[in-house]
Amino acid sequence: MFRKMHMTKFFTMLLSLTAALWIPLSYADDSAFKAMMGSSFQPIGIASLERLVQDENQLACSNVKKDQLQLSDALKSRIEKNNLQAVVLPADQQYFGNWKEGEKIAQSGKGSTWSDKSDDVNGGSCYNCHQLDKKEISYGNIGPSLYNYGKLRGSSPAVIQYTWSKLYNAKAYNACSNMPRFGTFHLLTENQLRDLMSLLFDPLSPVNQ
Amino acid sequence: MLIKLLTLTLVLALNGFTTLRAQTASDEIAKYREMLADGNPAELFEGAGEELWGKPMGPNGKSLQTCDLGLGAGVVDGAFAQLPRYFKDTQRVQDLESRLVTCMQVIQGIEVNEIMADEFGKGQRKNIEAIVAYVVTHSKGLKINPPMKHPKEKAFYELGEKAFYFRAGPMDFSCATCHGIQGQRIRLQDLPLIASNQGAAMAWGTWPAYRVSSGEFWTMQRRLADCYRQQRFPSPKYTSDVTIALSMFMAAKAKGGLVQTPGLKR
Repeated sequence: MFRKMHMTKFFTMLLSLTAALWIPLSYADDSAFKAMMGSSFQPIGIASLERLVQDENQLACSNVKKDQLQLSDALKSRIEKNNLQAVVLPADQQYFGNWKEGEKIAQSGKGSTWSDKSDDVNGGSCYNCHQLDKKEISYGNIGPSLYNYGKLRGSSPAVIQYTWSKLYNAKAYNACSNMPRFGTFHLLTENQLRDLMSLLFDPLSPVNQ
Repeated sequence: MLIKLLTLTLVLALNGFTTLRAQTASDEIAKYREMLADGNPAELFEGAGEELWGKPMGPNGKSLQTCDLGLGAGVVDGAFAQLPRYFKDTQRVQDLESRLVTCMQVIQGIEVNEIMADEFGKGQRKNIEAIVAYVVTHSKGLKINPPMKHPKEKAFYELGEKAFYFRAGPMDFSCATCHGIQGQRIRLQDLPLIASNQGAAMAWGTWPAYRVSSGEFWTMQRRLADCYRQQRFPSPKYTSDVTIALSMFMAAKAKGGLVQTPGLKR
Protein backbone atom coordinates (compact mmCIF):
# COMPACT_ATOMS: atom_id res chain seq x y z
CA MET A 1 0.00 0.00 0.00
CA PHE A 2 2.71 2.45 1.04
CA ARG A 3 4.72 1.39 -1.94
CA LYS A 4 1.77 2.04 -4.21
CA MET A 5 1.35 5.57 -2.84
CA HIS A 6 5.00 6.19 -3.32
CA MET A 7 4.81 5.11 -6.93
CA THR A 8 1.80 7.31 -7.59
CA LYS A 9 3.58 10.29 -6.07
CA PHE A 10 6.65 9.50 -8.10
CA PHE A 11 4.72 9.40 -11.36
CA THR A 12 2.83 12.59 -10.56
CA MET A 13 6.15 14.31 -10.00
CA LEU A 14 7.57 12.87 -13.16
CA LEU A 15 4.53 13.99 -15.15
CA SER A 16 4.61 17.56 -13.87
CA LEU A 17 8.33 17.64 -14.54
CA THR A 18 7.91 16.52 -18.14
CA ALA A 19 5.00 18.90 -18.61
CA ALA A 20 7.21 21.73 -17.44
CA LEU A 21 9.90 20.70 -19.88
CA TRP A 22 7.40 20.25 -22.73
CA ILE A 23 8.58 16.73 -23.39
CA PRO A 24 5.55 14.52 -23.24
CA LEU A 25 6.27 11.03 -21.95
CA SER A 26 3.31 9.65 -23.79
CA TYR A 27 0.60 11.21 -25.89
CA ALA A 28 -1.95 8.56 -25.08
CA ASP A 29 -2.66 7.50 -21.51
CA ASP A 30 -4.60 4.51 -20.29
CA SER A 31 -7.84 6.38 -19.81
CA ALA A 32 -7.73 7.61 -23.41
CA PHE A 33 -7.20 4.04 -24.58
CA LYS A 34 -10.07 2.74 -22.47
CA ALA A 35 -12.35 5.50 -23.75
CA MET A 36 -11.41 4.65 -27.34
CA MET A 37 -12.04 0.92 -26.93
CA GLY A 38 -15.28 1.64 -25.04
CA SER A 39 -16.72 3.85 -27.77
CA SER A 40 -15.44 2.09 -30.89
CA PHE A 41 -17.22 -1.27 -30.88
CA GLN A 42 -20.75 -2.57 -31.17
CA PRO A 43 -22.03 -6.06 -30.41
CA ILE A 44 -23.20 -8.20 -33.33
CA GLY A 45 -24.84 -11.58 -32.82
CA ILE A 46 -22.80 -13.74 -30.46
CA ALA A 47 -19.88 -11.27 -30.41
CA SER A 48 -20.77 -9.24 -27.31
CA LEU A 49 -18.91 -6.26 -25.88
CA GLU A 50 -17.89 -8.44 -22.91
CA ARG A 51 -15.35 -10.00 -25.24
CA LEU A 52 -13.30 -6.82 -24.86
CA VAL A 53 -12.93 -7.31 -21.10
CA GLN A 54 -9.45 -8.75 -20.59
CA ASP A 55 -8.53 -11.34 -18.00
CA GLU A 56 -5.18 -11.08 -16.20
CA ASN A 57 -3.56 -13.29 -18.82
CA GLN A 58 -4.70 -11.26 -21.82
CA LEU A 59 -3.76 -7.99 -20.13
CA ALA A 60 -0.26 -9.24 -19.28
CA CYS A 61 0.28 -10.38 -22.88
CA SER A 62 -0.81 -7.06 -24.43
CA ASN A 63 2.39 -5.23 -23.56
CA VAL A 64 3.25 -2.80 -26.34
CA LYS A 65 6.90 -2.17 -25.89
CA LYS A 66 8.36 -5.11 -27.51
CA ASP A 67 8.41 -7.56 -30.19
CA GLN A 68 9.11 -9.90 -27.35
CA LEU A 69 6.74 -10.06 -24.45
CA GLN A 70 8.57 -9.68 -21.21
CA LEU A 71 6.70 -10.79 -18.15
CA SER A 72 8.26 -11.05 -14.71
CA ASP A 73 8.99 -14.64 -13.75
CA ALA A 74 6.49 -14.42 -10.90
CA LEU A 75 3.66 -13.18 -13.14
CA LYS A 76 4.46 -15.73 -15.84
CA SER A 77 4.40 -18.65 -13.41
CA ARG A 78 1.22 -17.41 -11.69
CA ILE A 79 -0.57 -17.16 -15.05
CA GLU A 80 0.62 -20.60 -16.12
CA LYS A 81 -0.35 -22.13 -12.77
CA ASN A 82 -3.86 -20.64 -12.93
CA ASN A 83 -4.32 -21.95 -16.45
CA LEU A 84 -3.07 -25.41 -15.54
CA GLN A 85 -5.59 -25.48 -12.70
CA ALA A 86 -8.32 -24.70 -15.21
CA VAL A 87 -7.55 -27.88 -17.19
CA VAL A 88 -10.18 -30.60 -16.83
CA LEU A 89 -8.89 -34.07 -17.67
CA PRO A 90 -11.33 -36.25 -19.64
CA ALA A 91 -13.93 -38.32 -17.83
CA ASP A 92 -12.83 -41.94 -17.13
CA GLN A 93 -9.35 -41.19 -18.50
CA GLN A 94 -10.84 -41.57 -22.00
CA TYR A 95 -8.32 -39.52 -23.97
CA PHE A 96 -9.05 -40.76 -27.48
CA GLY A 97 -11.76 -40.63 -30.16
CA ASN A 98 -11.64 -40.88 -33.94
CA TRP A 99 -8.76 -39.42 -35.98
CA LYS A 100 -10.96 -39.03 -39.07
CA GLU A 101 -13.25 -36.72 -37.14
CA GLY A 102 -10.14 -35.05 -35.74
CA GLU A 103 -8.89 -34.28 -39.25
CA LYS A 104 -12.22 -32.55 -40.05
CA ILE A 105 -11.97 -30.49 -36.87
CA ALA A 106 -8.37 -29.56 -37.72
CA GLN A 107 -9.44 -28.42 -41.19
CA SER A 108 -12.36 -26.28 -40.04
CA GLY A 109 -11.72 -22.67 -39.08
CA LYS A 110 -15.37 -22.00 -38.35
CA GLY A 111 -16.86 -20.62 -35.21
CA SER A 112 -17.20 -17.84 -32.62
CA THR A 113 -17.20 -14.89 -35.04
CA TRP A 114 -20.10 -12.43 -35.21
CA SER A 115 -21.27 -14.15 -38.40
CA ASP A 116 -21.58 -17.54 -36.64
CA LYS A 117 -24.56 -18.76 -34.63
CA SER A 118 -24.28 -19.82 -31.00
CA ASP A 119 -25.18 -23.42 -31.88
CA ASP A 120 -22.75 -23.68 -34.82
CA VAL A 121 -20.07 -26.33 -34.30
CA ASN A 122 -16.64 -24.78 -33.91
CA GLY A 123 -13.59 -26.01 -35.76
CA GLY A 124 -10.12 -26.14 -34.28
CA SER A 125 -8.45 -24.05 -37.04
CA CYS A 126 -5.37 -26.26 -36.53
CA TYR A 127 -4.13 -26.02 -40.15
CA ASN A 128 -4.30 -22.23 -39.94
CA CYS A 129 -1.09 -22.40 -37.89
CA HIS A 130 0.27 -25.98 -37.93
CA GLN A 131 1.40 -28.61 -40.40
CA LEU A 132 -0.30 -31.96 -39.64
CA ASP A 133 -1.04 -34.34 -42.55
CA LYS A 134 1.87 -34.00 -44.95
CA LYS A 135 -0.50 -34.23 -47.92
CA GLU A 136 -2.22 -31.02 -46.87
CA ILE A 137 -0.03 -28.28 -48.34
CA SER A 138 -2.22 -25.41 -47.19
CA TYR A 139 -0.99 -25.00 -43.65
CA GLY A 140 0.20 -22.00 -41.66
CA ASN A 141 3.43 -21.61 -39.73
CA ILE A 142 2.52 -19.57 -36.66
CA GLY A 143 2.75 -22.77 -34.61
CA PRO A 144 5.30 -25.60 -34.94
CA SER A 145 4.81 -28.52 -37.35
CA LEU A 146 2.88 -31.36 -35.74
CA TYR A 147 3.71 -33.85 -38.49
CA ASN A 148 4.65 -37.21 -36.89
CA TYR A 149 3.56 -35.87 -33.50
CA GLY A 150 2.80 -39.23 -31.89
CA LYS A 151 5.48 -41.10 -33.76
CA LEU A 152 8.19 -38.79 -32.44
CA ARG A 153 6.94 -38.46 -28.89
CA GLY A 154 5.53 -41.90 -28.14
CA SER A 155 2.42 -42.30 -26.04
CA SER A 156 3.51 -42.42 -22.40
CA PRO A 157 0.86 -41.30 -19.88
CA ALA A 158 2.88 -38.12 -19.27
CA VAL A 159 2.96 -37.17 -22.97
CA ILE A 160 -0.74 -37.93 -23.35
CA GLN A 161 -1.73 -35.86 -20.33
CA TYR A 162 0.53 -33.00 -21.41
CA THR A 163 -0.96 -32.97 -24.91
CA TRP A 164 -4.54 -33.01 -23.61
CA SER A 165 -3.71 -30.12 -21.28
CA LYS A 166 -2.00 -28.18 -24.08
CA LEU A 167 -5.09 -28.51 -26.29
CA TYR A 168 -7.36 -27.69 -23.36
CA ASN A 169 -5.41 -24.64 -22.22
CA ALA A 170 -2.23 -23.76 -24.14
CA LYS A 171 -1.40 -20.96 -21.68
CA ALA A 172 -0.76 -23.56 -18.96
CA TYR A 173 2.71 -24.04 -20.47
CA ASN A 174 3.38 -20.71 -22.15
CA ALA A 175 1.67 -17.67 -20.65
CA CYS A 176 1.58 -15.65 -23.89
CA SER A 177 1.19 -18.52 -26.36
CA ASN A 178 -0.61 -17.54 -29.59
CA MET A 179 -2.79 -20.67 -29.29
CA PRO A 180 -6.37 -20.33 -28.00
CA ARG A 181 -7.52 -22.02 -24.79
CA PHE A 182 -9.84 -24.48 -26.52
CA GLY A 183 -11.20 -26.32 -23.49
CA THR A 184 -11.27 -23.55 -20.91
CA PHE A 185 -13.13 -21.16 -23.23
CA HIS A 186 -15.48 -23.92 -24.51
CA LEU A 187 -14.31 -23.52 -28.08
CA LEU A 188 -14.15 -27.31 -28.51
CA THR A 189 -16.07 -30.02 -26.69
CA GLU A 190 -14.46 -32.87 -24.77
CA ASN A 191 -15.32 -35.25 -27.60
CA GLN A 192 -13.78 -32.94 -30.19
CA LEU A 193 -10.60 -32.80 -28.10
CA ARG A 194 -10.57 -36.62 -28.01
CA ASP A 195 -10.81 -36.69 -31.80
CA LEU A 196 -7.88 -34.28 -32.08
CA MET A 197 -5.87 -36.43 -29.65
CA SER A 198 -6.43 -39.39 -31.99
CA LEU A 199 -5.35 -37.29 -34.96
CA LEU A 200 -2.08 -36.60 -33.12
CA PHE A 201 -1.42 -40.07 -31.64
CA ASP A 202 -3.23 -42.79 -33.65
CA PRO A 203 -0.67 -44.85 -35.60
CA LEU A 204 -3.15 -44.91 -38.51
CA SER A 205 -3.63 -41.14 -38.49
CA PRO A 206 -2.06 -39.34 -41.50
CA VAL A 207 -0.10 -37.27 -38.98
CA ASN A 208 1.98 -40.34 -38.11
CA GLN A 209 2.59 -41.68 -41.64
CA MET B 1 -4.27 -12.58 -72.11
CA LEU B 2 -5.81 -15.92 -73.11
CA ILE B 3 -2.40 -17.47 -73.59
CA LYS B 4 -1.33 -16.11 -70.23
CA LEU B 5 -4.35 -17.70 -68.57
CA LEU B 6 -3.74 -21.02 -70.29
CA THR B 7 -0.14 -20.97 -69.17
CA LEU B 8 -1.24 -20.28 -65.63
CA THR B 9 -3.75 -23.13 -65.69
CA LEU B 10 -1.05 -25.44 -67.00
CA VAL B 11 1.44 -24.32 -64.38
CA LEU B 12 -1.11 -24.80 -61.62
CA ALA B 13 -2.17 -28.21 -62.96
CA LEU B 14 1.42 -29.42 -63.20
CA ASN B 15 2.07 -28.23 -59.71
CA GLY B 16 -0.98 -30.09 -58.54
CA PHE B 17 0.58 -33.37 -59.68
CA THR B 18 3.99 -32.81 -58.20
CA THR B 19 4.46 -32.34 -54.51
CA LEU B 20 3.79 -28.71 -54.18
CA ARG B 21 5.64 -26.92 -51.42
CA ALA B 22 3.67 -24.30 -49.59
CA GLN B 23 6.06 -21.56 -50.60
CA THR B 24 5.68 -22.46 -54.27
CA ALA B 25 1.92 -22.16 -54.04
CA SER B 26 2.37 -18.77 -52.51
CA ASP B 27 4.57 -17.76 -55.45
CA GLU B 28 1.85 -18.89 -57.87
CA ILE B 29 -0.62 -16.60 -56.20
CA ALA B 30 1.85 -13.75 -56.66
CA LYS B 31 2.12 -14.60 -60.38
CA TYR B 32 -1.64 -14.66 -60.72
CA ARG B 33 -1.80 -11.24 -59.09
CA GLU B 34 0.83 -9.89 -61.46
CA MET B 35 -1.14 -11.12 -64.46
CA LEU B 36 -4.37 -9.50 -63.34
CA ALA B 37 -2.65 -6.27 -62.41
CA ASP B 38 -2.80 -5.12 -66.05
CA GLY B 39 -6.53 -4.81 -65.72
CA ASN B 40 -7.38 -4.42 -62.06
CA PRO B 41 -11.20 -4.45 -61.89
CA ALA B 42 -10.92 -1.72 -59.24
CA GLU B 43 -10.83 0.59 -62.28
CA LEU B 44 -14.59 0.13 -62.59
CA PHE B 45 -15.07 1.38 -59.05
CA GLU B 46 -12.65 4.22 -59.68
CA GLY B 47 -14.64 5.39 -62.72
CA ALA B 48 -17.87 5.32 -60.74
CA GLY B 49 -16.15 7.21 -57.92
CA GLU B 50 -14.90 9.96 -60.18
CA GLU B 51 -18.43 10.50 -61.42
CA LEU B 52 -19.84 10.55 -57.87
CA TRP B 53 -17.19 13.06 -56.76
CA GLY B 54 -18.42 15.60 -59.31
CA LYS B 55 -22.14 14.88 -59.08
CA PRO B 56 -24.52 17.15 -57.10
CA MET B 57 -26.12 14.95 -54.43
CA GLY B 58 -27.84 14.96 -51.04
CA PRO B 59 -30.42 17.40 -49.63
CA ASN B 60 -28.11 20.35 -50.49
CA GLY B 61 -27.69 19.23 -54.10
CA LYS B 62 -23.93 19.82 -54.06
CA SER B 63 -20.95 17.85 -55.32
CA LEU B 64 -17.89 16.95 -53.26
CA GLN B 65 -15.64 19.13 -55.43
CA THR B 66 -15.03 21.52 -52.53
CA CYS B 67 -14.23 18.72 -50.06
CA ASP B 68 -10.89 19.27 -48.27
CA LEU B 69 -9.01 15.97 -47.95
CA GLY B 70 -6.08 17.68 -46.24
CA LEU B 71 -4.33 19.43 -49.11
CA GLY B 72 -6.95 22.13 -49.68
CA ALA B 73 -10.52 22.32 -50.99
CA GLY B 74 -11.07 19.92 -53.86
CA VAL B 75 -7.45 18.68 -54.08
CA VAL B 76 -7.49 14.95 -54.80
CA ASP B 77 -3.99 14.47 -56.24
CA GLY B 78 -1.68 13.16 -53.53
CA ALA B 79 -4.22 13.57 -50.72
CA PHE B 80 -4.45 9.90 -49.76
CA ALA B 81 -0.66 9.58 -49.38
CA GLN B 82 -0.83 12.08 -46.50
CA LEU B 83 -3.70 10.51 -44.57
CA PRO B 84 -4.69 9.97 -41.80
CA ARG B 85 -4.17 13.49 -40.46
CA TYR B 86 -5.61 16.01 -38.03
CA PHE B 87 -8.32 18.32 -39.39
CA LYS B 88 -8.88 21.67 -37.70
CA ASP B 89 -12.56 21.97 -38.60
CA THR B 90 -13.58 18.68 -37.00
CA GLN B 91 -10.74 18.67 -34.42
CA ARG B 92 -10.28 15.00 -35.18
CA VAL B 93 -7.67 12.76 -36.73
CA GLN B 94 -9.41 11.37 -39.80
CA ASP B 95 -8.78 8.69 -42.37
CA LEU B 96 -10.07 9.02 -45.93
CA GLU B 97 -13.43 7.42 -45.20
CA SER B 98 -14.23 9.41 -42.09
CA ARG B 99 -13.22 12.58 -43.97
CA LEU B 100 -15.57 11.71 -46.83
CA VAL B 101 -18.36 11.18 -44.28
CA THR B 102 -17.66 14.67 -42.92
CA CYS B 103 -17.80 16.20 -46.42
CA MET B 104 -21.03 14.37 -47.29
CA GLN B 105 -22.55 15.63 -44.06
CA VAL B 106 -21.33 19.23 -44.15
CA ILE B 107 -21.40 19.92 -47.89
CA GLN B 108 -24.18 17.66 -49.14
CA GLY B 109 -26.34 17.53 -46.01
CA ILE B 110 -26.47 13.72 -45.93
CA GLU B 111 -27.38 12.25 -42.52
CA VAL B 112 -24.42 10.56 -40.82
CA ASN B 113 -26.81 8.06 -39.22
CA GLU B 114 -27.84 6.93 -42.67
CA ILE B 115 -24.22 6.17 -43.59
CA MET B 116 -23.56 4.43 -40.27
CA ALA B 117 -26.65 2.24 -40.62
CA ASP B 118 -25.59 0.99 -44.06
CA GLU B 119 -23.59 -2.20 -44.54
CA PHE B 120 -20.40 -2.37 -46.55
CA GLY B 121 -21.19 -2.48 -50.26
CA LYS B 122 -24.66 -0.98 -49.83
CA GLY B 123 -26.38 2.41 -49.99
CA GLN B 124 -24.30 5.48 -49.11
CA ARG B 125 -21.47 3.20 -47.99
CA LYS B 126 -21.21 1.87 -51.55
CA ASN B 127 -20.85 5.41 -52.88
CA ILE B 128 -18.07 6.11 -50.40
CA GLU B 129 -16.25 2.96 -51.50
CA ALA B 130 -16.29 4.07 -55.13
CA ILE B 131 -15.07 7.56 -54.19
CA VAL B 132 -12.31 5.94 -52.12
CA ALA B 133 -11.21 3.98 -55.21
CA TYR B 134 -11.09 7.26 -57.16
CA VAL B 135 -9.16 9.19 -54.50
CA VAL B 136 -6.53 6.53 -53.71
CA THR B 137 -5.79 6.02 -57.41
CA HIS B 138 -4.69 9.66 -57.48
CA SER B 139 -1.90 8.91 -55.00
CA LYS B 140 -0.66 5.80 -56.79
CA GLY B 141 3.14 5.70 -56.96
CA LEU B 142 3.63 8.41 -54.31
CA LYS B 143 5.42 7.84 -51.04
CA ILE B 144 3.33 7.21 -47.95
CA ASN B 145 3.80 10.38 -45.95
CA PRO B 146 1.32 11.19 -43.16
CA PRO B 147 2.36 14.46 -41.46
CA MET B 148 2.52 13.04 -37.86
CA LYS B 149 3.19 16.51 -36.41
CA HIS B 150 0.04 17.43 -34.51
CA PRO B 151 -0.12 16.08 -30.91
CA LYS B 152 -3.42 14.37 -31.71
CA GLU B 153 -1.79 12.54 -34.62
CA LYS B 154 0.93 11.34 -32.27
CA ALA B 155 -1.65 10.35 -29.68
CA PHE B 156 -3.58 8.37 -32.27
CA TYR B 157 -0.39 6.60 -33.32
CA GLU B 158 0.17 5.48 -29.74
CA LEU B 159 -3.46 4.47 -29.29
CA GLY B 160 -3.23 2.46 -32.50
CA GLU B 161 -0.07 0.76 -31.34
CA LYS B 162 -1.78 -0.21 -28.10
CA ALA B 163 -4.81 -1.50 -29.97
CA PHE B 164 -2.49 -3.54 -32.21
CA TYR B 165 -1.18 -5.48 -29.20
CA PHE B 166 -4.52 -5.66 -27.33
CA ARG B 167 -5.39 -9.29 -26.67
CA ALA B 168 -8.95 -10.21 -25.83
CA GLY B 169 -11.91 -12.34 -26.85
CA PRO B 170 -12.55 -16.08 -26.66
CA MET B 171 -9.37 -16.88 -28.62
CA ASP B 172 -6.98 -14.40 -26.91
CA PHE B 173 -6.14 -12.84 -30.27
CA SER B 174 -4.62 -9.43 -30.96
CA CYS B 175 -3.59 -7.98 -34.34
CA ALA B 176 -0.05 -8.96 -33.35
CA THR B 177 -1.00 -12.65 -33.06
CA CYS B 178 -0.91 -12.85 -36.84
CA HIS B 179 1.02 -9.70 -37.81
CA GLY B 180 3.65 -9.59 -35.06
CA ILE B 181 6.41 -11.82 -36.43
CA GLN B 182 8.25 -11.78 -39.77
CA GLY B 183 7.44 -14.56 -42.25
CA GLN B 184 4.21 -15.82 -40.72
CA ARG B 185 1.38 -17.44 -42.67
CA ILE B 186 -2.24 -18.42 -41.99
CA ARG B 187 -2.68 -21.44 -44.26
CA LEU B 188 -0.98 -20.13 -47.44
CA GLN B 189 -1.74 -16.47 -46.83
CA ASP B 190 1.42 -14.47 -46.12
CA LEU B 191 1.00 -12.05 -43.24
CA PRO B 192 2.99 -8.82 -43.23
CA LEU B 193 4.76 -7.88 -40.00
CA ILE B 194 2.92 -4.61 -39.49
CA ALA B 195 5.21 -3.44 -36.70
CA SER B 196 8.01 -3.12 -39.32
CA ASN B 197 8.36 -0.42 -41.97
CA GLN B 198 8.38 -2.88 -44.85
CA GLY B 199 5.45 -4.92 -43.54
CA ALA B 200 3.40 -1.83 -42.75
CA ALA B 201 4.06 -0.51 -46.27
CA MET B 202 2.89 -3.85 -47.65
CA ALA B 203 -0.36 -3.60 -45.69
CA TRP B 204 -1.11 0.12 -45.78
CA GLY B 205 0.21 0.54 -49.33
CA THR B 206 -1.92 -2.19 -50.95
CA TRP B 207 -5.32 -1.63 -49.29
CA PRO B 208 -7.97 -0.58 -50.38
CA ALA B 209 -8.07 -3.39 -52.90
CA TYR B 210 -10.21 -5.34 -55.32
CA ARG B 211 -10.84 -8.87 -53.99
CA VAL B 212 -10.90 -11.49 -56.71
CA SER B 213 -12.61 -14.10 -54.49
CA SER B 214 -15.65 -11.98 -53.74
CA GLY B 215 -15.60 -9.53 -56.68
CA GLU B 216 -15.80 -6.65 -54.22
CA PHE B 217 -13.79 -3.51 -53.61
CA TRP B 218 -12.69 -3.43 -49.98
CA THR B 219 -11.71 -0.19 -48.25
CA MET B 220 -9.37 -0.15 -45.25
CA GLN B 221 -12.39 0.25 -42.95
CA ARG B 222 -13.83 -2.96 -44.35
CA ARG B 223 -10.46 -4.73 -44.17
CA LEU B 224 -10.08 -3.82 -40.49
CA ALA B 225 -13.66 -4.81 -39.67
CA ASP B 226 -13.05 -8.26 -41.12
CA CYS B 227 -9.77 -8.60 -39.21
CA TYR B 228 -11.71 -7.94 -36.01
CA ARG B 229 -14.39 -10.43 -37.06
CA GLN B 230 -11.75 -13.12 -37.41
CA GLN B 231 -10.17 -11.99 -34.16
CA ARG B 232 -13.58 -12.93 -32.65
CA PHE B 233 -14.03 -9.38 -31.34
CA PRO B 234 -17.28 -7.40 -31.45
CA SER B 235 -17.61 -5.21 -34.54
CA PRO B 236 -15.73 -1.91 -34.85
CA LYS B 237 -18.14 0.89 -35.72
CA TYR B 238 -17.61 2.48 -39.14
CA THR B 239 -14.90 5.20 -38.88
CA SER B 240 -14.61 4.63 -35.10
CA ASP B 241 -11.53 5.92 -33.28
CA VAL B 242 -9.95 2.47 -32.99
CA THR B 243 -10.02 2.01 -36.78
CA ILE B 244 -8.48 5.44 -37.34
CA ALA B 245 -5.87 4.91 -34.61
CA LEU B 246 -4.83 1.60 -36.20
CA SER B 247 -4.70 3.34 -39.59
CA MET B 248 -2.53 6.14 -38.14
CA PHE B 249 -0.21 3.50 -36.64
CA MET B 250 0.08 1.60 -39.94
CA ALA B 251 0.48 4.68 -42.13
CA ALA B 252 3.17 6.19 -39.88
CA LYS B 253 5.03 2.86 -39.68
CA ALA B 254 4.77 2.61 -43.48
CA LYS B 255 6.26 6.10 -44.06
CA GLY B 256 8.43 6.18 -47.18
CA GLY B 257 6.83 3.06 -48.66
CA LEU B 258 4.85 3.27 -51.89
CA VAL B 259 1.13 3.83 -52.30
CA GLN B 260 0.17 0.94 -54.59
CA THR B 261 -3.57 1.23 -54.18
CA PRO B 262 -5.98 0.12 -55.38
CA GLY B 263 -4.42 -3.28 -54.68
CA LEU B 264 -5.45 -6.67 -55.98
CA LYS B 265 -6.10 -9.46 -53.50
CA ARG B 266 -7.16 -13.07 -53.69
